Amino acid sequence: MTKRLMTSGLALAMLLAGMVGSRADPVDDTLVIDGQEMISRAKAPEGHPFDEVLSGWLFREGETRALEVDSFENPGMLAVEEGEAIWNTVEGTAGKSCASCHDDASVSMKGIAANYPKWDADSKKPINIELQINKCRTENMGAEAYEFDKGGQRELTAFIKNQSLGVPVQLDLTQGDLQSWWEKGKDVYYTRTGQLNLSCASCHEASMGKYIRADHLSQGQVNGFPTYRLNSGLTSLHNRFRGCIRDTRAEFPKAFSDELMALETYVTWRGTGLSVETPSVRQ
Amino acid sequence: MQLTRRQMLTLTAGVAGMAVIGLPFDLALAAVEDTEKAIMDFTGGKKPETGKITLTAPEIAENGNTVPVSISVDSAMSGDDMVDSVIIFAEGNPNPQVATFRFSELSGSAEATTRMRLAKTQNVIAVAKMKDGSVFIDKKQVKVTIGGCGG
Amino acid sequence: MANPKPRIKIPKTASAGEVITIKTLISHEMESGQRKDKDGNPIPRQIINKFTCAFNGTTVFECDLDPAISANPYFEFNAKVPESGSFKFTWVDDDGSVYESEQAIEVK
Repeated sequence: MTKRLMTSGLALAMLLAGMVGSRADPVDDTLVIDGQEMISRAKAPEGHPFDEVLSGWLFREGETRALEVDSFENPGMLAVEEGEAIWNTVEGTAGKSCASCHDDASVSMKGIAANYPKWDADSKKPINIELQINKCRTENMGAEAYEFDKGGQRELTAFIKNQSLGVPVQLDLTQGDLQSWWEKGKDVYYTRTGQLNLSCASCHEASMGKYIRADHLSQGQVNGFPTYRLNSGLTSLHNRFRGCIRDTRAEFPKAFSDELMALETYVTWRGTGLSVETPSVRQ
Repeated sequence: MQLTRRQMLTLTAGVAGMAVIGLPFDLALAAVEDTEKAIMDFTGGKKPETGKITLTAPEIAENGNTVPVSISVDSAMSGDDMVDSVIIFAEGNPNPQVATFRFSELSGSAEATTRMRLAKTQNVIAVAKMKDGSVFIDKKQVKVTIGGCGG
Repeated sequence: MANPKPRIKIPKTASAGEVITIKTLISHEMESGQRKDKDGNPIPRQIINKFTCAFNGTTVFECDLDPAISANPYFEFNAKVPESGSFKFTWVDDDGSVYESEQAIEVK
């Protein structure tokens, strides 16, 4: 072996030693939004693979974290304001707005989103905020259901979830068949998909805290959705689910499909105890 | 050394990430020349000195689409000690100009913050022009990382 | 795109001659002109190219924006408040639209 080969071999070995298991702890910091302290670390619920559930905020760089601390500097709040305007806009044949029935959202919607998905007895499926809005629109307002990610769905969802800012996530899995959807969601979470053969757990459980290229992998918590992503603006949860599955190079399911509603139920439970952070700010 | 499939994947990802982070100053010369020329246009041909102006930007930007940048010029902002304007360049962008701030006596102090797009790891440059015609420069390298998901 | 909506953060009161901090944010895509659509055609540039803050008619701070400014342009800057009055903020779009906002401040 020539000297040069030896040297490059040595360099590669050093690189290997350094890169395998390259990881960094989440920051030791407290998320305080406009003076209100968020729960960004919580004791995991019974049966959870981690001891502690951690907000994705703890995995971001300082500049990204800073954007969420001041609601004025958070670009996601522009969407929340748009959502507020939608809340007060009359639409549909019944001549009603959201506010016609629910009045002041800061009172009527406070804490509500922290308990979603809930069981919907009519459809015998879990229902999330987006689908609850559509149910209200079609059944009570005489308006068309929003298409996925269109017409103000993200903004109105962000506005409604923002009314629960700081409230800890807590699902009631005893409602209807919600527990069996949780089980189904757990299957989805651990099933490897795509050409890369990755499951949700491959990145967000087994490799949590490690780097995938330059991304610091978080637990993949959903308490801040819709979230403001620096690369794509306000992003809905089902858009992110689909994006993650797409990145494994798999066919991705439709938004609000049974598969993704089950996943939303299960992943939301994995963040039990964390504050609703909507709209959080992520990379 | 036996590597599992997962370790290998992490490894590949890590090396790719490192290659990006470890980019040396191999910026396209043309862009750097463009910036040099634009600086001279701004200063009226005068070579700026270091000092007086401070540029603040993150060492590592988590996403090149939204990178905070602040400038601050040491000036009383009254009488003869006034800042006229500050220009910001990103010399590795397709178009290096980012923003031009103009101040007045009512500014109170010559400080400003905005958010910019950076196409890749590069130098960010701020040049201040004082009312008396003197010019000052500061420069920071910002490393722009490539995310693991969706690039 | 929805009509851009400005947000301003500014104190309601100040003492005479005090230097205050102002923050502004406006919703805007800031289409850089560098991107292409699905068919490979360039998407034309449309950005906010100028921002101005004036107090009682006198310019306080101005900025010329280039396409490298992020979507939803954010500015933070300072202003000296000599007397009670009103700050006027103006954003000028490439398409000629002008977005304005005004905020009163009281000197105590």
